[in-house]
Amino acid sequence: MQRLARNKLLAFAVVLVAIQIILALGAPLFAPYDPMAQSVVRRLRAPTELNWFGTDQLGRDVLTRILYGYRTSLIACLLAVGIALLIGGTLGLVAAYYRGWLDRIIMRIMDVLFAFPVMLLAIGIIAVLGPHTYSAAAAIAVVYTPIFARLLRGPALVLCESEYVAGARAIGASDARIIFLHILPNLASVILVQTSLLLSAAILVEASLSFLGLGTQPPTPSLGLMLSEGRNFLMLSPWSAIFAGFAILFLSFGFNLLGDALRDTLDPRLRGQP
Amino acid sequence: MNRVLLARLIDLVIVLFGVSIIVFLMIRLIPGDAVAIMLGANTEITPERMAELNRRVGLDRPIVEQYLLWAGAALRGDFGTSLWTGRPVAGEILLHLWPTLELTFLALLIGAVLAVPVGCLMAQTRGGAADVAMRVTAIAGLTIPSFWLGIVLILLLAAWAPGFASLGYVPFSEDPIGNLQRMTLPAIALALPILANLSRLVRSAMLDALGQDYVRTARAKGLAERKVVYKHALRNALIPFLTSVGIMTGYLLGGAIVVEQVFAIPGLGRLILGAIAERNYPLIQATILVVTAGFVLVNFLVDLLYIVVDPRVRA
Repeated sequence: MQRLARNKLLAFAVVLVAIQIILALGAPLFAPYDPMAQSVVRRLRAPTELNWFGTDQLGRDVLTRILYGYRTSLIACLLAVGIALLIGGTLGLVAAYYRGWLDRIIMRIMDVLFAFPVMLLAIGIIAVLGPHTYSAAAAIAVVYTPIFARLLRGPALVLCESEYVAGARAIGASDARIIFLHILPNLASVILVQTSLLLSAAILVEASLSFLGLGTQPPTPSLGLMLSEGRNFLMLSPWSAIFAGFAILFLSFGFNLLGDALRDTLDPRLRGQP
Repeated sequence: MNRVLLARLIDLVIVLFGVSIIVFLMIRLIPGDAVAIMLGANTEITPERMAELNRRVGLDRPIVEQYLLWAGAALRGDFGTSLWTGRPVAGEILLHLWPTLELTFLALLIGAVLAVPVGCLMAQTRGGAADVAMRVTAIAGLTIPSFWLGIVLILLLAAWAPGFASLGYVPFSEDPIGNLQRMTLPAIALALPILANLSRLVRSAMLDALGQDYVRTARAKGLAERKVVYKHALRNALIPFLTSVGIMTGYLLGGAIVVEQVFAIPGLGRLILGAIAERNYPLIQATILVVTAGFVLVNFLVDLLYIVVDPRVRA
């Protein structure tokens, strides 16, 4: 019964995430208006049948900008988490496989990066690169690199001791072949779960950075930016801020639920843990 | 015990050293001439002005010497003077530190104090639809953007209690009630994700503890269920909770920087965003260094506490 409920949860999470990805990728198809089209007469409108979510301070359609905002946010976060996985994951695997001084040096550097509060390191990196969507993505990638390195090193250490790795070595497989073809596939479920959970967190970080004016710059549609612009007109028309916030929440919630449900389904040992 | 302590201490020093190197290198990683960029924000760029600023920031010396001078001064609490205001950077940070610290502390207090009973409750009502509902609610709490929650709270309060002062900041020493009144909403907004995270943690730690032999023994000797849960199981469940609280402070500091902007609180967020706007790199560097060092130290202290609380670690 519980297994069934969990699988239902997984199905729900998959549908929730899939809908939002489709909406993001198909923004030009689904969006009722041009995201940049301004209208002086229709500014700060409440939701109507013409503008389902109302209009913002420049008369732009909020629904349209949210759909395009999904796109900006998803692209930045997928890029960031992907890069972090690639670099951090490789470092973690290499550290676990070669051990010794290489392991110590890599993990020390990861410890240092991990020591920074996430937002602060991200702000520091953006101070260097200048505010931009891609700076925010780069900042998130750097912040998440040590997380992937630590995450994969642990289980990889165990796998390196296993007999099939010893066997692969005995028949003369190269190090790279062993790491990527023999060890990596066994870490797939860990990677899948963590990627989903980190995507959820990355969406919040990206939105925060854009909200602070350090991420995506106007007039590019961005959820965090909509929130910060909408904040100035809160008492006149709170719609753009409210809907943009819901959009961030749903996007982050979907990926977090997906990661949570995946962990339950893929790893029986972790069942019942948060 | 002493060996564990020594090992932790060495770790601490290495991490702090690494952090200082990264923060130090920040200014040299800026594409183009950092000095020209810094000047460009405020004045016309002339060779004399550039040389003068170069000298003031110390960029005209060899890099190792620069680092040693910078780190040595930082250890003494001297971060130089702010490029534009001319006031000592350490003083500027101190001035903006308190609101952020207060906000972080209040949010941590709300989150950690509420998480224990909520987590225990979650652990006790296990299984079935209630379990799933609680799980989904916790994840929703975890993924609510604090800054958005803050905006929604302001809106709601403006509708229900228009007289309640929710924006700005007054020091606690001047007006304690006004201070706490203004801090209530931002602290709640910041605390919710922490509450969700920590209560999930308490839940799983409690489930773990409730399955242990000593809990069965406590039940077998006829202790009341409440006593079993709160006196026997909770004590052991609190150990992982402690570590998480330490890690949470880092998350909270970051969150506070954003939530501050919503509630117009003049904390570190305003300081660092202002510094970025005017490209005041020494101020950005110093702020990141001070806050990160503080965060590392807090986690070090939590680690020590962990050794005190859990006798197994000492061995």
